[in-house]
Amino acid sequence: MVDFSLWDILRNLLLAARWTVVLSIIAFVGGGLVGLGLLLARLARWPGAQLVVAGYVQLFQGTPLLMQLFLAYFGLALFGINVSAWVAAGVALTLYTSAFLAEIWRGCVNAIPRGQWEAADSLALSFGEKMRHVIGPQALRIAVPPTVGFLVQVIKGTALASVIGFIELTKAGTMITNATFRPFTVYACVALLYFALCFPISAYSRRLERSFKRGH
Amino acid sequence: MVALDFLAVLEQWPALLRGAAFTLGLTAVSALVGGAVGVACGWARASGPAWLAALVGVYVELIRNTPFIVQLFFIYFGLPSLGVKLTPEVASVIAMVVNLGAYAAEIVRAGIENTPRGQIEAARSLALNEWQVFTRVVLPPALGRVWPAMVSQIVIVMLGSAVCGQIAAQELSYAANLILSRNFRGFESYLIATAIYLLLAIFVREFLNWAGPRWIFGRTAAAGR
Amino acid sequence: MAIDPAPIVRIRSLRKRFGANEVLKGIDLEVQAGEVVAIIGKSGSGKSTLLRCINGLEAFQQGELQVDGQALKQGDAKAMRALRQHVGMIFQSFNLFPHLSVGRNVMLAPTLVKHSNSSAAEASARKLLERVGLAEKFEAWPDQLSGGQQQRVAIARALAMQPSVMLCDEITSALDPELVGEVLKVVESLAEEGMTLLMVTHEMNFARKVADRVVFMHAGRIHEMGAPQQLFAAPRTAELQQFLSALH
Repeated sequence: MVDFSLWDILRNLLLAARWTVVLSIIAFVGGGLVGLGLLLARLARWPGAQLVVAGYVQLFQGTPLLMQLFLAYFGLALFGINVSAWVAAGVALTLYTSAFLAEIWRGCVNAIPRGQWEAADSLALSFGEKMRHVIGPQALRIAVPPTVGFLVQVIKGTALASVIGFIELTKAGTMITNATFRPFTVYACVALLYFALCFPISAYSRRLERSFKRGH
Repeated sequence: MVALDFLAVLEQWPALLRGAAFTLGLTAVSALVGGAVGVACGWARASGPAWLAALVGVYVELIRNTPFIVQLFFIYFGLPSLGVKLTPEVASVIAMVVNLGAYAAEIVRAGIENTPRGQIEAARSLALNEWQVFTRVVLPPALGRVWPAMVSQIVIVMLGSAVCGQIAAQELSYAANLILSRNFRGFESYLIATAIYLLLAIFVREFLNWAGPRWIFGRTAAAGR
Repeated sequence: MAIDPAPIVRIRSLRKRFGANEVLKGIDLEVQAGEVVAIIGKSGSGKSTLLRCINGLEAFQQGELQVDGQALKQGDAKAMRALRQHVGMIFQSFNLFPHLSVGRNVMLAPTLVKHSNSSAAEASARKLLERVGLAEKFEAWPDQLSGGQQQRVAIARALAMQPSVMLCDEITSALDPELVGEVLKVVESLAEEGMTLLMVTHEMNFARKVADRVVFMHAGRIHEMGAPQQLFAAPRTAELQQFLSALH
């Protein structure tokens, strides 16, 4: 039986961790764009937007991410799309992220005092100008800490993509465990690698939140 | 486009029901035990000795910065190497308790730290000992203050438990997997299971919002609304 | 009168610091059972701090304190709790427990500390609430009551432990003016029944009417002390004169 060293294990895990990072970025950026669109639709009071977006958010926040991944995988196949794990995971995580970010950002916008909206309106600013020059900048400041914090949730979410066959850190852990029969060591390493990715981001988000509070 | 056949899945409603019941059971046990762990850890972080607070801090950060599925796999696949043999159900409960405990610790800590000083002074002036001050005067309103966050976290853990089907714990996603392996209706199975999860999430949220004021923290400001 | 009975509160050379700032600079005070003592002074004079030392909410660095024969031993939690069963405190911000009904607020300490069974505790609570004029509010919640009513419940709650001394820390300062009277009436009845009272207060008319002795504190010391008629009519020191004139 081949003897695997700790370094062998770590090296393979690190290689797989690249895909964790890539998928996280795709989901975060894509989800951010979609989420922003949803939020703006809501704020612009497009007919039905309020209800649709609220329902959308409820759906993604009230159902397991794992189920969302399965549905993307099996659902997209129904449309004849050639579904790889990449496409399914990418779509599912993007939509998941968009729902949560839309809700987080809605909270940030709501934290802006009513008076700002009223002042912008009385200056006859259009919706676009209001968003760009008055509401947007203020909401941005408030939104940075929780948005950075949510990135951690996205990274953790990519671990579930392993269940639909996406090769990332967790899937690599499972495969290496099957090869080495050392689940304790392997999964401990997997956990520590996720920790190394997530903890600095969590700590940074907390620091941002503290400095935001002080500056107020 | 393939024709969808939901009936084939709905016929298997006993299996789905069993799975849903199991998920609820897992959640209930985890909420109780995990909640207790959270209260103990929250107390340790808020008012315990520095070394204990630091230890709990390490636990909390480890759990919050690693995915639940990895925690589950570590417990179910990793611990047997140390001689600890676990059934899928027990491993699931342990993983959920450990997970919820860490998040609950931070939630409860925030609640405890927001206790008005006067409450503690009044309780001490009435000659209550520290345990009584904590359990009868500090904790109930603290839980009331953070109840929405606590309820959200319990729902999150319940939704996260879908992963436990991967280690063959017989909960709802496992039931959906079984159905799909019998009739190959993947999309329909998962869609119906997802709908059931949504209903469970709504039910659990409503129940906890009703039960909290009634059984745990009386009529505090949070409950009054 | 042969020998004076032992004072129920005895304070000797009490000194207290907050960091580098000495707030109480050597307090000597004796209070007899049944006496009503009003403590007055500017904010920062140390009057609330002195009161809070008496039931151990504040720790002091030097001196001796004895209440009803119990010496106050800092750091001895059990001794502290034993002392607190003899001393009741009413706070400026009432501090009723929001998650318990009015009746349960009053019943909590006797049940937990004196281990009364719940029906005895309930009967006693109802009687105390009647005494403060709130018999019908037994099932009500604190947030349903006015400030004056909450403070009266707080008094009932403290009385439930049958203390020998009651400490009142500016108990009407947070009340709307029209609610002050109902609380002072209850305190007056306590005084008439022979309760030993130490009150930090700004209500000079009340002090004049009810107190046996008035203590004027200034810069961490007892500056003047005496019967109210004497102190208010003929203040001896400039600081007290200044304090009294500033009130009008």
